[in-house]
Amino acid sequence: MRILAISGSLRDDSHNTELLRAAAAVAPDGVELELFDGLKDVPPYDADDDVPGDQPFAVGRFKGALREADAVLISTPEYNSSIPGVLKNALDWASRPLVESPVRNKPVAVLSSSTGMFGGVWAAAETRKVLGALGARTLDDTVSVPKADQRLAEGVDATLRDELRTVVSALAAAVEARAAAAA
Amino acid sequence: MSTTEQSTSIPTGTWQHDPVHSSISFAVKHSTVMTFNGGFGDWEATLADGRLEGSANVSGVRVDDENLVGHLQTPDFFDAEQFPQLRFVSSSIERDGDRIAIAGELTIKGATQPVELSGTVSGPITDGYGKERLGLDLQAVVNRHDFGVSWNADLPGGGAVLADEVTVGANLALTQADAG
Repeated sequence: MRILAISGSLRDDSHNTELLRAAAAVAPDGVELELFDGLKDVPPYDADDDVPGDQPFAVGRFKGALREADAVLISTPEYNSSIPGVLKNALDWASRPLVESPVRNKPVAVLSSSTGMFGGVWAAAETRKVLGALGARTLDDTVSVPKADQRLAEGVDATLRDELRTVVSALAAAVEARAAAAA
Repeated sequence: MSTTEQSTSIPTGTWQHDPVHSSISFAVKHSTVMTFNGGFGDWEATLADGRLEGSANVSGVRVDDENLVGHLQTPDFFDAEQFPQLRFVSSSIERDGDRIAIAGELTIKGATQPVELSGTVSGPITDGYGKERLGLDLQAVVNRHDFGVSWNADLPGGGAVLADEVTVGANLALTQADAG
């Protein structure tokens, strides 16, 4: 089972990317997390460039990675009480056309972390709302890490690892439930 | 004092819906002031020996917006992939003249809840082609959260886009199935 992990932060030392790497390390047997590394290459959404069969390469790579994954795990920071533009922009590309979105019916969970005291919960909630509009099977299971610079100063602790394992396991269960429904 | 004799019985035999003259629908208050209407185009209903059963395919949901049709089929709403069908099965039918009350169970998105449909019944009559016809015009108000259909969004001025209560309706033109 393949889960595509997407960090909404491009920063090399991103706390959200660190959470996703930790989630990959605690994933149950048979579940592989692949960290997507092409978010920065996705150009600003422009309907003039959204030509079926001739989309920008980075967009095709992003949509292909979503399509090939069984589930998606996003971890997002919060910029100005909302979703980082780079993440929202990529999801906007993935939403077109709506009924063919590569995340349609696909289980997705959203984590968040921020250096503030609320851990990016508004960005996570809005990301879930956007994913719902794309037709994703959005899970309520989540982990939000406030004051991430302090909490993660010594790395991801055992409590967080357990919480991340719970979210990844919920994603895996949702993938299995979807497969069972299709059988 | 005069009295008018009224039928209080439910016709026996098997009656099937005539899709051209029947419809099933839903209506929900939108943006606090409007009523949004939709329906289903791929469904069936049968009244057989006093028991009404019906089902609708979520893939046949009908509203006048292609993107909204797509959204209604996702997990935000009906979740067509996991729960492709809506279903109603009656447990009792009470007729009093032209009024009818049908109790039963409605299943939406995998959740089954008791529902009482009420409305009017007309006929049976013999139509112009010699077919026996029966008309049922039914409605019930349900709380969509009871079925896990809980999408909503805040309005900029306060309040929510969608109301909790949804009126579901069925206008059934039933024709008696040929015997044998």
